[in-house]
Amino acid sequence: MSQTVLHAKGLEKRFGAVVAATEINVEVPEGACLGLIGTNGAGKTTFVNMITGYLKPDEGRITFGSVDITGKAPREITRLGVCRSFQIPQLYNSMTALENLEAAFGIVLLNSASGGWFVSPRTPVPGYGAPIRELAEQALERFELTAYRDKVTRVLPGGVRKVLDIAMAMAVQPKILLLDEPTSGVSAEEKFGIMDMVMGVVREAGTTVLFVEHDMEVVARHADRVLAFYDGRIIADGKPDEALNHEQVLKHIVGHTQHATTGQ
Amino acid sequence: MNSLPIGYRFGLVLLALLAGSPWLPPWLLFMLTIAAANGLVVLGCMLFYRAGLVSFGQALYFCAGAYTTGLVTNLLGVIDVLLLLGLSGLAGGLLAYLVGFLLARYRGIFFGLLSMAFSMILYGVLTKSESLGSTDGFNVPAFTLLGFEPDQPQVRFTLLAVAVAVIWLVSLVTDRFLRSPYGPLLVAIHDNEIRTEYMGASAKNTVHLVYVAAGILAGMGGCIGATAVGHIDPTMAYWTTSGEFVFITIMAGVGSVVAPFLGALVFGIIYTIAFSESPNTWQMVLGASLIAVILLLPNGLWSLLAKRKGAQA
Amino acid sequence: MEDLMFILMDGINFAAWLFLAAVGLTLIYGVMKILNVAHGSFYAMGAYVAASTLGFWFDNNMPPFLSYVALLVAAFVAGFIVGPIIERVLLKPQYDRDEHLILLITYGLFLILEDVLKLIWGVDPYFVSQPYELVGSFELGDMIYPSYYLLMAGLALAVGLGLMLLLNRTHFGRMLVSVIHDREISSAMGINVGRMFAITFGLGVSLAALAGAFTAPTVSVTPGMGVEVIVLSFAVVVTGGLGSLPGVALAAVMMGIVRAICVFYAPELELFVIYSIMALVLTFRPRGLFSIAEARKI
Repeated sequence: MSQTVLHAKGLEKRFGAVVAATEINVEVPEGACLGLIGTNGAGKTTFVNMITGYLKPDEGRITFGSVDITGKAPREITRLGVCRSFQIPQLYNSMTALENLEAAFGIVLLNSASGGWFVSPRTPVPGYGAPIRELAEQALERFELTAYRDKVTRVLPGGVRKVLDIAMAMAVQPKILLLDEPTSGVSAEEKFGIMDMVMGVVREAGTTVLFVEHDMEVVARHADRVLAFYDGRIIADGKPDEALNHEQVLKHIVGHTQHATTGQ
Repeated sequence: MNSLPIGYRFGLVLLALLAGSPWLPPWLLFMLTIAAANGLVVLGCMLFYRAGLVSFGQALYFCAGAYTTGLVTNLLGVIDVLLLLGLSGLAGGLLAYLVGFLLARYRGIFFGLLSMAFSMILYGVLTKSESLGSTDGFNVPAFTLLGFEPDQPQVRFTLLAVAVAVIWLVSLVTDRFLRSPYGPLLVAIHDNEIRTEYMGASAKNTVHLVYVAAGILAGMGGCIGATAVGHIDPTMAYWTTSGEFVFITIMAGVGSVVAPFLGALVFGIIYTIAFSESPNTWQMVLGASLIAVILLLPNGLWSLLAKRKGAQA
Repeated sequence: MEDLMFILMDGINFAAWLFLAAVGLTLIYGVMKILNVAHGSFYAMGAYVAASTLGFWFDNNMPPFLSYVALLVAAFVAGFIVGPIIERVLLKPQYDRDEHLILLITYGLFLILEDVLKLIWGVDPYFVSQPYELVGSFELGDMIYPSYYLLMAGLALAVGLGLMLLLNRTHFGRMLVSVIHDREISSAMGINVGRMFAITFGLGVSLAALAGAFTAPTVSVTPGMGVEVIVLSFAVVVTGGLGSLPGVALAAVMMGIVRAICVFYAPELELFVIYSIMALVLTFRPRGLFSIAEARKI
């Protein structure tokens, strides 16, 4: 139905004697929503880091569309259309939520064709049809952050910071979005609500998503495909039903007392 | 709408200054000119201070501009001040472009100290260079303005007028630059460079850009300084000269493009008064003023005025 | 061969001086993360204190060979009085602020101290060369060298080894290393970080004063003698790696020897060479020769 938008082939990453990832082969079709699961140190974050340019693979290649992005710098990869959010939200702590987004759209404007030394902030951002401030306000609205518009991000609660981090990543209108543990640090009662809202916005934009998650219920709820990591390798790759019930996955990641209800 | 109000206000103040200057004593005209020269350098410092960077080596470009002026006037006979400004700015900018390839990768203390190393390298080269007068330096001849050669009583005024015009124009341009998305980008680089890179911006290229701009400004400042004093020597590249620029940068704060000239003026006043009152304690007065500003006015002197106006300039 | 010996001796002497001058700076940075611009003023303070001490010493016919001990004691007394006071009064309230602001406070302090020294000791130069002359000279090959060279080299070694022992073998030293690596965790584990800071600053100032005190017999003690020491110390410390003891030692040796070679063959390059080494090292090792590893940020 759709073409492969991201292809990782034979990725390998070692830190000295530690093999963080090996024989990683993944093909991601356009529009997919991929859940990455695994214990800590299993290689999920290493995988994400290699795709987004934080780490350079020792072996293997990563192709985005027809472009080889192996080992490219993060900013190049972002400009090509692959963006990420962070486990620890990376925000501009001295600025308000609005200013954070304005900075993000400002960068987009500077990178675009009409960007230059003296471009006025009232110039419409090419491809978006509105000036920076308007785009920032719209993004706040879309991600239900309007209440925090004029609050300095340093004082915002963890869940809000997480969402803002994702909103920033979406500002570049990426083709592929990688979310690194989007619900970690978010309280239990907020988790599903936030994830539903964020996924709704992201999927509406047609973005292909890869998200790292520890909460299997969130994974089951949103992923249309699951990639399970263990000990640096992919041990399962398939639909959530299959992958989550896969023998190895049950053994190493999920545990045999699966589907434990949480009273939700 | 954006830069015009502050631009007009600043312009009017400067115009008033010039209007009154025929009645001002020569030493005051001199001080104002030096303040303009320093203000130019600090305008550049303010650009990368927004990105959280402090350079302890801007004297490199100030001195490069000064020596360019000195060499071009003495060796090539070019004495038109506007031409000299252009050449000195170019020299500063070119040097900053080259040094910037290395320097733009550094942050924090390393940026400051590596830039200092380069300025001390220039100092070392100049002090040992016999052909350039080594530690004595050499004199700068009188200048002309567009073919017009000012008479003795007019010289100081003419130079001040030029200096003031230059700093006004440059301030307008800088203001426009800071109001573009580059302004927030500089702050973003300081606040969270990782996020900035992952948004697709290049911190290194942006820093390189403003560093070159600062080099051009410092070069022009050096030209005016050299012309005002009539003499150049290697101390213009010494770290204490850079220290003065940093001093003024902190005093001024980053609030507005008007702040550097203001800070340079205050610095000049403190220096002049302190030095004439007691030559053995002027450094102490300067040092105490700096500490006072840091402790009491962390956003620089500009924050005093900005609070009164209740608005951001 | 003669030339080589000369260069080596000159180089070692300068390296010893560089090490002594810079080690206090790197210690303070390592523990407190403050780059102390006033470092040169404390060096000068040491020189002036030495001048007064030696003046008193020899005027009162005290045993000449104990003058070195007097210098040592004077430097440390001055350092541990002045240092902690400045640290508690001026620096402590500013610890949570941007590193540049604290650096600028020390710059302001440098300006103030320059004049304070002038006020106390006046502007005329002091000559106190007795300790230098006392040890005479020695012969090596066909050249005669001042034995003070050996004294300085010995002092540098002693200071280096002493600090190494302090950091690695004493309880205090290990607490210091802990603070160097992480201030917050050290505090959480019960280390009195405030007290560590005050003591460290006192020690750093004393070491600067020590360098100045032992240099005093070789030069005329004048106002402004600390100004150049600041930049040179910065260069050595940054090249070696901020906060690294082996780093400052290696950088001092490198710069001392290379400078000696340059001065011998091309004296015009003297000032140029030290800062060029710094620029070169930083180009290939951005954090200096040795640096403390940094943890992952994301």
